[in-house]
Amino acid sequence: MSNKSKKASTGVKKRGVLETLWRYRVLELMCLPAIVFFFMFSYMPMPGIWVAFVKYNYRKGIFGSKFVGLQNFEFLAESGKLFSLTRNTVLYNLAFIILGNLVAVIIAILLNEIRAKMFKKVSQTLMFLPYFISQVLVGLLVYSLLNYDTGFVNEILVALGKAKWQPYSDPSVWPWLIVLIHLWQQTGYNSVVYFAAICGIDAEIIEAAKVDGANAFQRIRYIILPSLRPTIVILILFALGGIVRGNFGLFWNIIGSNSVLYETTDIIETFVYRATMSDFNFSTASAVGFYQSLVGFAIVMLANFAVKKIDPDYSLF
Amino acid sequence: MAKNKEIEFEASNSKIKLGTSDYIVRGTGYVLVTLYAIACVFPFLIIIGTSFTSESYIRTHGVQLFPREFTLKAYEMVIGSGNIWKSYLLTIVLTLIGTVCGLLIIAMTGYALQRKDFPFRNAISFYIYFTSLFSAGLAPYYLLMTQTYKLLDSYLAVLLPLMMSPWLIILMKNFIKQIPHEITESGKIDGAGDMTIFVYLILPMIKPALATIGLFLALGYWNEWYQSSLFLTAKVTVKPLQYTLYEIVNKLDALRNSVAGQYVTLTDIPEQSVKMANAVLATGPIVLLYPFVQKYFIGGITVGAVKG
Repeated sequence: MSNKSKKASTGVKKRGVLETLWRYRVLELMCLPAIVFFFMFSYMPMPGIWVAFVKYNYRKGIFGSKFVGLQNFEFLAESGKLFSLTRNTVLYNLAFIILGNLVAVIIAILLNEIRAKMFKKVSQTLMFLPYFISQVLVGLLVYSLLNYDTGFVNEILVALGKAKWQPYSDPSVWPWLIVLIHLWQQTGYNSVVYFAAICGIDAEIIEAAKVDGANAFQRIRYIILPSLRPTIVILILFALGGIVRGNFGLFWNIIGSNSVLYETTDIIETFVYRATMSDFNFSTASAVGFYQSLVGFAIVMLANFAVKKIDPDYSLF
Repeated sequence: MAKNKEIEFEASNSKIKLGTSDYIVRGTGYVLVTLYAIACVFPFLIIIGTSFTSESYIRTHGVQLFPREFTLKAYEMVIGSGNIWKSYLLTIVLTLIGTVCGLLIIAMTGYALQRKDFPFRNAISFYIYFTSLFSAGLAPYYLLMTQTYKLLDSYLAVLLPLMMSPWLIILMKNFIKQIPHEITESGKIDGAGDMTIFVYLILPMIKPALATIGLFLALGYWNEWYQSSLFLTAKVTVKPLQYTLYEIVNKLDALRNSVAGQYVTLTDIPEQSVKMANAVLATGPIVLLYPFVQKYFIGGITVGAVKG
């Protein structure tokens, strides 16, 4: 067996690179559109990162503009902008990851205990609904619930004889609201993964525990949760890898350019979008973007390292 | 045989002794799941209810769960302007072309990358995967698309970037991996080329994968507003549905940004019911379709969620 494989591998070596290229031409052609695609839309923009190191001049273009070194970064760091953007992005993501997984696990476990098939099916379908809609509609839904003049919440407050609530001019409430909205939109989707993992548990183990007199709490505590542990750990680690990347659509469609709320709601993505699309300040936008990419890359590497330690099967590379 | 009997016995046994804890857990389950399910539907009912309510009633009483002073005026306004059908057509065309092309490319790439005898599979996989680890960021992307590729105000700027993603290619690769390698081998023995094997042997076997990934792509196109917000300016009159909704929802911003906006008075700002009617029309097809397609999504999530 080993002899045979040795022969095969020396066979490959003897063939030149060109011959190998020709031999697998069909498979290469099959990959070609994707290779071109990622070259055009992901690799071609990379040299443009240079714009972060210049004082961008529209007429002179990225590479003709004046080189200013790290000045764009220094300005962002000194003004405290970089810190507050990073803080907001990371804290929101931490809340999304921890609460998101917690709620998803709870819903999946409860759904598994429910026996009524029809109830299960209908509720799962309804829970999936928020995942299918665009972030634009999410923004509109939130607005129609919370706005001052016609919002549903204020209607109820007025009906109860209470004072109206003005969340759109109160930055302090948005961390709670945005986390809640995120949970609302993602829990149906996230719980499916855990629900599938629970369904994968050997039914005999659970039945055996029942026979041995384990009650529902004990079955959840000693069988279901431990079996979910690897899935939970891996999903959390992967999510942590993206901790400096924000959910732009969610924040932009809910907050938009309402600068009163920026203090607690401005994340890296929304800042970069405004800098690019409203201020045309490409150098600042790119400086923040490059900083985000570098930090994000380092964190993914760390997360992957951790996953590899826990279970090499799940590591990315 | 004896084992089967045992399981049956246990199953029936477990039915008898449902303890207090079971009732607590199940009761909590029914209550919490019901509450969450209601919360998921509730905002949609407000949108629908308000879209059929008269504007004057909304002004004085706010948005409505059930239509009050029932009227179709908002829908007449939205449909009457005529542009909504063009938006529908554009969105459908973009979704169809993008999904079919994307699906074909993703399937081909996924097949080639899971072939264990393909010597470049690791290099190409890394080349694709790297783009999700490190990106140039928005500003360089925007400058490249508008200045080098000259795609400002072009529908291509919406169609092309959504066609594939590293994640979808990996998902497809993992799906195809589950097909035994012997299928490819048997095709080779019969003298078939790689393309023939892919089209006649592999494609028919990965229908569920095509459905799942096709749906992810189609959903991406249907819900697209982001690329449009970057690249379609006021010069383009017909825009994808969700971006049309986006513009109406953010009309004030849109007016401020467009040159013409300086001469538009505040009365032109769309009213609540019109916003809602637009939302219903833009989202309706997805909401009506998704109960039938959700099983493919669930299949996709469970295959692709964890394994990278």
